[in-house]
Amino acid sequence: MTRALTASLSLAFLVALVGFDLATSDLNPYQAPAAFALGSGAVASGGFCGALPN
Amino acid sequence: MSQTATHDTTPAVPAGVLGKRAGLLLGALALVGLVAVFAGARYGMLLAIGLGFGVALEGMRFGFAGPWRAMILRREPSGVIAQLLSIAVVAIVAIPLLASHPGELVGAQAPVGFAMIGGAFVFGACMQIVLGCGSGTLVNAGSGNPVSLLALPFFALGSFAGAWNLIWWTDLGALPIITFGGTSGLILTLVLIALAVGLFLWRAAPGTVKLSRRHAIAALVLAALAIGNLVVAGQPWGVVYGLGLWAAKGFSVLGGDLSASAFWSAPGSMERVQSSLLTDYTSLTNIGIIAGAFGVAAWRRGALSAALPGYPARAWVATVVAGFLLGYSSRLAFGCNVGAFFSGISTGSLHGWVWFVAAFCGAFYGIKLRPILGLEARS
Repeated sequence: MTRALTASLSLAFLVALVGFDLATSDLNPYQAPAAFALGSGAVASGGFCGALPN
Repeated sequence: MSQTATHDTTPAVPAGVLGKRAGLLLGALALVGLVAVFAGARYGMLLAIGLGFGVALEGMRFGFAGPWRAMILRREPSGVIAQLLSIAVVAIVAIPLLASHPGELVGAQAPVGFAMIGGAFVFGACMQIVLGCGSGTLVNAGSGNPVSLLALPFFALGSFAGAWNLIWWTDLGALPIITFGGTSGLILTLVLIALAVGLFLWRAAPGTVKLSRRHAIAALVLAALAIGNLVVAGQPWGVVYGLGLWAAKGFSVLGGDLSASAFWSAPGSMERVQSSLLTDYTSLTNIGIIAGAFGVAAWRRGALSAALPGYPARAWVATVVAGFLLGYSSRLAFGCNVGAFFSGISTGSLHGWVWFVAAFCGAFYGIKLRPILGLEARS
């Protein structure tokens, strides 16, 4: 067996992850934030590993 | 006038390889375009930044676990100094930006505490056992490393579980969040980085390369991408949160009850669990890192035809345990080598420095454990 197998499995994992996500949640580009946070005037609200829950 | 015949000695690239490479480029552009159209421009750009991280880390063979190992085992400082160079470049841009745009931009700032220090120590050990840190596990999985591929899902489960218990661990004792902000904070951060570089140079073995050209270029590319991450997302580059979110989403869809966890039942967490991963910043860059590393491996001639290494059973068990601990410990430590070390220090958080010291101490033990666990030949 070669790395082609394991690299393909990692790609398959990504495809499955995104497929599962799209099947369980919706996307709405009309509710998307401004392209750049810098200068947007909006408060940053993304999840981050250093943040405690809000 | 004399003419000199020139001969191109570069081997010709077969048409099939060119076609494959063109397909990889078009595929990457299509993915970014699709996410930008169906989710939003910001999300498309973050996927592109993640792809950039993956291409840079795999393409320039740069990382975090390997350079620490090189410094500890062979006293080669080039990789570690490149990491600190990259952090310094980001700090020069990020700390003033955070001061001038409060609210719009946030740093990777977290409290120092008992669990944070212990978590960083365990993470440092485990990243040497599997030779893959937060970003390294993603990169290695994408390029076909079987150890990282197995560690990755357990990393995600560990991150989910660590976040589940995060409040309990933090309640064991933690200082208030201490940050180095503004001009004085930037100067202090740069002085500390210079001191760390000086320490590594002092400990370097005679005759070793102090900062290789490849490492320097990789450091600058990584810094540019990290600054881009901050400007687009409003928060620094992170890895671990996204992995935990993947597991939380799966847990929730399978009928699991997140309300028992103070972390996952918080309104912000619940909202992100219910939203698409394609609107979560760290998920997007994580996906991009795996895909970018895959792209580089597929681009390189012969990279994917390398035979898979064989390991004893205890090595695979160790990989599962270490993968889980990587995720769990990094949540207690408020980040991994990316979220705490790279982004914490570069955005002026004291916890980034404490993380660095604790994880580096843990790395000594991880290096000792790796051969015992069957992940390399014992010397």
